[in-house]
Amino acid sequence: MSFDLNTIWFILVGVLFTGYAILDGFDLGVGSLHLFTDNDTDRRLIINAIGPVWDGNEVWLVTGGGALFAAFPEVYATSFSGFYMAMMLLLVALIFRAVAIEFRSKQPSKTWRRFWDVSFCTASILSGFLIGVALGNIAWGIPLDGSHEFVGTFRGLLHPYALLVGVTTVALFMMHGAIYVVMKTEGELQKQIRGWVNNTIIFFIICYAVTTMATLLYVPQMAESIRQTPVLFIVPILNMLAIANIPREIHHGREFRAFLSSCAAVALLLATFGLDMYPNLILSNPEAANSLTVYNASSSQKTLNIMLIIAVIGMPLVIAYTSSIYWIFRGKVKLTSHSY
Amino acid sequence: MDLELLSRIQFGFTIGFHYLFPPLSIGLGLFLVIMEGTYLKTKNELYHRMTRFWVKVFGLIFALGVATGIVMEFQFGTNWSTYSRFVGDVFGSALAAEGVFAFFLESGFLAVLLFGWDKVKPRTHFISTILVAFGAHFSAIWIVVANSWQQTPTGHHIVGSGLTARAEIMDFWQVVFNPSFLDRISHVYMGAWQAAAFFVLSVSAFYLLKKKNVEFAMGSMKIAVVIALFASIMQLVTGHGSAATVAETQPAKLAAFEGHYEVSAPAGMYLFGWVDEENEETIGLQIPGMLSFLIDFDTETPVTGLKAFPPGDRPPVNLVFQSYHLMVAIGMLLILLAVIGAITYRSGHLFKIRWLLWVFVFSVLLPQAGNQLGWFSAEVGRQPWIVYGLLRTSEGLSKSVDSSEVIISLILFTLIYLLLLVLFIYLLNEKIQHGPVEEEIAEEGRRA
Repeated sequence: MSFDLNTIWFILVGVLFTGYAILDGFDLGVGSLHLFTDNDTDRRLIINAIGPVWDGNEVWLVTGGGALFAAFPEVYATSFSGFYMAMMLLLVALIFRAVAIEFRSKQPSKTWRRFWDVSFCTASILSGFLIGVALGNIAWGIPLDGSHEFVGTFRGLLHPYALLVGVTTVALFMMHGAIYVVMKTEGELQKQIRGWVNNTIIFFIICYAVTTMATLLYVPQMAESIRQTPVLFIVPILNMLAIANIPREIHHGREFRAFLSSCAAVALLLATFGLDMYPNLILSNPEAANSLTVYNASSSQKTLNIMLIIAVIGMPLVIAYTSSIYWIFRGKVKLTSHSY
Repeated sequence: MDLELLSRIQFGFTIGFHYLFPPLSIGLGLFLVIMEGTYLKTKNELYHRMTRFWVKVFGLIFALGVATGIVMEFQFGTNWSTYSRFVGDVFGSALAAEGVFAFFLESGFLAVLLFGWDKVKPRTHFISTILVAFGAHFSAIWIVVANSWQQTPTGHHIVGSGLTARAEIMDFWQVVFNPSFLDRISHVYMGAWQAAAFFVLSVSAFYLLKKKNVEFAMGSMKIAVVIALFASIMQLVTGHGSAATVAETQPAKLAAFEGHYEVSAPAGMYLFGWVDEENEETIGLQIPGMLSFLIDFDTETPVTGLKAFPPGDRPPVNLVFQSYHLMVAIGMLLILLAVIGAITYRSGHLFKIRWLLWVFVFSVLLPQAGNQLGWFSAEVGRQPWIVYGLLRTSEGLSKSVDSSEVIISLILFTLIYLLLLVLFIYLLNEKIQHGPVEEEIAEEGRRA
């Protein structure tokens, strides 16, 4: 691995998508668990726990997509057109998630609220699942021809390995979301959700173990770089430690630290994924020679350079305002007249 | 149906629907800054109430804009992947800059704007309002940069040939300040300000008619009348600038705007008309030499006509002619309305003339229609090119997507957007019916 511009952009795009997974990950997780609460106040509290931030969190996806378009246009073009129906479903899910939050509490009618609650939950689960399925396919490899065009079918994308990664992603987000809600709530509701945290951790660990086994057995190339550079094995180990630390922090009532552990787990999981993929961005299967890499799929060095300048100026600002927004809305969520 | 037409319909439909919202949030951003600034300066409770009410409306509009906006970013890749490969190197920087510089700013501080009333000091809240308004204006810049580059590409060179050809950036600032950018961004801004100004006018006029929230309505109207007048007159100026640039850089588009066929002859301007594309002539009421005059201040200046281009390089003429003329007509009507509004507001008659108030209630639709028609003219007028002179629309499609998939997604979007439109209007109407004061009480009730 040499730190040329292409590699730097591989990392930066990875950072943006990791930011998305950490931030919108808990939104989607919160949404996926939404229907487990049954009274209206609890549901409102849960929605308002992400109320002020979900929109900014989604911007990480928009910017990640923009950066992918700019830095690796071939990857953007191939994956978005290749995964056409999946992308359309993801859009539908994201639209419903957004408007469900906005519309839900604007009418007192039970039917109205139930409709948006179900939409919110289904859309959140579906978003996480589709994102996972896409990752699963990127790792498994998709059929590409010599000019990097996808030549498979939608059905072909729904193979067991991809579906498994999809479920694992939903489980990861559920765990992450449950911990976030514990951090943002108090009293009875918090007690109830503490129980969810344990269940979601167990659910996630089962999924994660199965996915890891399946990866080692059926997608051996994914372990190649770690096999070659054993020191990198530390990344999956740290990931395990971060996950193991979550129940400990919850047990001691240190919710914020539990949440940080969960963030670290998400980041390390994606770091493992990135290490396994590099220098490929999308594997071609069966014709491995047609894979998209950081070199054959990138923009010109000049563009990568301009974008690096944009990122160096812009990202510190983004981090500054993201943290100040989270600081302003720190603490337990309360319903007020401005709430959703 | 063929893939190209379906993909164009889908893009046109989804961008058209999306574009109902951003102009309003850009323009309302300006209103919020003025209202909240006035409140902080004068401590007049009325301006506080105004800010709070319009912030709520802003929140609803913004949410719809976000939900429908992400569709646009995805669609370049899903439906126009060959185009994405071609432009990615040039276009990508603008999109990335938009995300990094504008979207984070806008959506982050929106949280403070909507939910931060009791969490931050009034001054910090006001700063957030300014940042959101700035973010909204700033994000338009990058979108218009990208789109203008498609209209008038500069600052790039073409690498490779045939299927693997792509545009690569040479000079970032030349890409940004391409020949049509400044005219188009100012035209877009004025359209956005008009959209918001007539929206505020419409709601205020409605309250006056119903004799509800009178003080609130008059206060909102005062600001709206000024912005409507300024933006409507400036829209004529920026529109003229835009047309002059089109004449220089995209002669086929200009010729289609005016249905001008002669290879090179002085051209008039039609007040209305009909283009007979088969016989290559335009029938209608025309001011002779006017187009030449507008471009060059000389009625004798020859203007390049459609016959200078092979039929395969011409846009659909009558369609562009009609949408362009309708846009101009709406622009003129808006100036008239803004002037009448300003005069009657000053003399105090506005509040007594009921039919005029009704006109203002419905005037909200005009800038929306104008904005849609303007974009329609600009984009259809660029045809058959997706990047003017460099890449044809038919060459920009995704190769791995077939028309049955696009039919499915188009049906999905149609159904969902219809649902969203109905709900949006319903909720907006409800907010307006409740009004600024009653709304607070309703919220209290809901909490209980």
